[in-house]
Amino acid sequence: MAQVRFSNIGKTYPNGFEALKPTDFEIQQGEFAVLVGPSGCGKSTLLRMVAGLEEITSGELSIAGRIVNAIDPADRDIAMVFQNYALYPHMSVRKNIGYGLKNRGLPKTEIARKVDEAAALLNLGDHLDSKPSQLSGGQRQRVAMGRAIVRDPALFLFDEPLSNLDAKLRHQMRIEIKALQRRLGVTSVYVTHDQVEAMTMADRIIVMNAGRIEQIGTPAEVYHEPASTFVASFMGAPPMNLMRTRAEAGQLHLNGGALCETEHEGEVVVGVRPEDFLPDPDGAISMQVDIVEELGGHRLLHGQIGDDTVTVHVSNEFAAETGPLDLSVKPGAVCVFDAEEGHRI
Amino acid sequence: MKRAGFSTPWLPVLLLVPQLAIIAIFFYWPAIVALHSSFYLQDPFGFGSTFVGLENYTHLLGSAEYRRVAVFTLTFTLLVTFFSLALALLLAVKADKVLRGAKTYRTLLMWVYAVAPPVAGFIAVILFNQSWGPLTELFGLFGHTYMVGVNFNDTAFAMILASVWKQVPVNFIFFLSALQSIPRSVREAALIDNRSASGRFWDVTFPLLAPTGFFLLIINITYALFETFGIVDTVVKGEPGNNPMTLVYKVYVDGFRGNDLGGSSAQSVILMVLVLALTIFQFRLLERRIHYT
Repeated sequence: MAQVRFSNIGKTYPNGFEALKPTDFEIQQGEFAVLVGPSGCGKSTLLRMVAGLEEITSGELSIAGRIVNAIDPADRDIAMVFQNYALYPHMSVRKNIGYGLKNRGLPKTEIARKVDEAAALLNLGDHLDSKPSQLSGGQRQRVAMGRAIVRDPALFLFDEPLSNLDAKLRHQMRIEIKALQRRLGVTSVYVTHDQVEAMTMADRIIVMNAGRIEQIGTPAEVYHEPASTFVASFMGAPPMNLMRTRAEAGQLHLNGGALCETEHEGEVVVGVRPEDFLPDPDGAISMQVDIVEELGGHRLLHGQIGDDTVTVHVSNEFAAETGPLDLSVKPGAVCVFDAEEGHRI
Repeated sequence: MKRAGFSTPWLPVLLLVPQLAIIAIFFYWPAIVALHSSFYLQDPFGFGSTFVGLENYTHLLGSAEYRRVAVFTLTFTLLVTFFSLALALLLAVKADKVLRGAKTYRTLLMWVYAVAPPVAGFIAVILFNQSWGPLTELFGLFGHTYMVGVNFNDTAFAMILASVWKQVPVNFIFFLSALQSIPRSVREAALIDNRSASGRFWDVTFPLLAPTGFFLLIINITYALFETFGIVDTVVKGEPGNNPMTLVYKVYVDGFRGNDLGGSSAQSVILMVLVLALTIFQFRLLERRIHYT
């Protein structure tokens, strides 16, 4: 069953700026959907429209089978976790978590029970009477999570919840949030600009660019079969190598060497993931390695194939050095994009 | 904290001298003179003075008139403070929601701040003019013959109105900037947590305005007690008679009209103690309790 349905949803500001082009898609019950894209791509606007904090200027939004366009945020049966936590600074942790329940007229004993449950789940038991200013960043984030959990909503919304945390904590909270969502089974929409977060947490990734959805798919689909050069270069670190070349007589060439067979003719852009290049003494493609980046578990070779800058991922068993290197490409690993529009062909 | 280093010990002293001189000349010296003369009975024509100990004080505390003025001052201060803060808060909350033309709107509201207290008093006098004041005519429509300067309550109302009008813009500016410094996401979180707008205001917005509100409370009490002198003076035109007046105005009337310098000094000493108490109250008690970050 579709938990959230976007029908032709669009957003145009009064000054005429179109922040979100009309889009259609559905998020299934229990799914963890991640909206990812560079800043200003409209992902936060889309999330805020779901929350009711931003007006929907066209189309229909339904949550759990109910059209919510004209419904107040408090009545949409959603819970939201904000980037800077948005805790009430004058309330204790207990009151912060229980505030939404109090306003729904739940009895005191029921609120206390739910707050204690959430606190136990999030390891906040010792801090229930502290003020947010006395907590660390990770603890504040947990309080914000607690506030969302106790509402028992139809939908969780996350607006870059980890971007204020340091790298180590971010990694830990990423796993915690994902595990929590699995356990509670609540449909979630998660906004981030960090493609690693998107890849690791999502059931489905929605890649956005300039107010448009570029691709919707599982992390594997988005990674291995990007729908456009934008997706190819945005997802993955380091990103996919994109090289302009020509297809002639059913054959793609790269810097003089045969790459693979193709049905296309003429000018195209080919994309190859760094790990899909293989060092191969018999390889047809020759690369000039300029820098070897040692990363412990593996190495990254930065250099040139013809005029294109490329990055190649090799295992730490491969003795890499600067200079010429012959490469081959894993079969089936080449993506071909339209040279003008950038979409996959 | 970083400490500034000076090469000679005289430089910091030299830098402080202008400020210290101003405080010494305009505060410490008059305060000491006032304290001194409050123990003396001054000859009205300046031919000498007699030491009377605490008699000036005991006389004041036993005086029914002084108590009457004190009670009026208290009422006046409470009303002016309450209405200045409440109206300013209301205007700020409304102005905060205005998106289009917000700047013009705010500037218009702040203009009054530039009006000097005597001018504000004078405007009130014109508004309530016996023969052609528009507000006098308005009250006339309801069958009330408004007589500023003659009827005690009418005069008091004019004073309070002018004082509140004069003070609202200052409070408005502070409240508005306090409102705008509440993080947007906190308000949005409240929007999701509580469907009632008034509930959100009292549960979230109002407590977050409390530090500003407390600061303004002290500022407004001080204003109503002392800075309304100009308004009171213009409205009663230096002819107290049966008219309402505040303690500060009584210091002036008794000292410079009644030539009772000793009694007037005793009154100013009492006021000084009052301000001191208010200041200590501000710094010690409440400011510490209303802080979040």
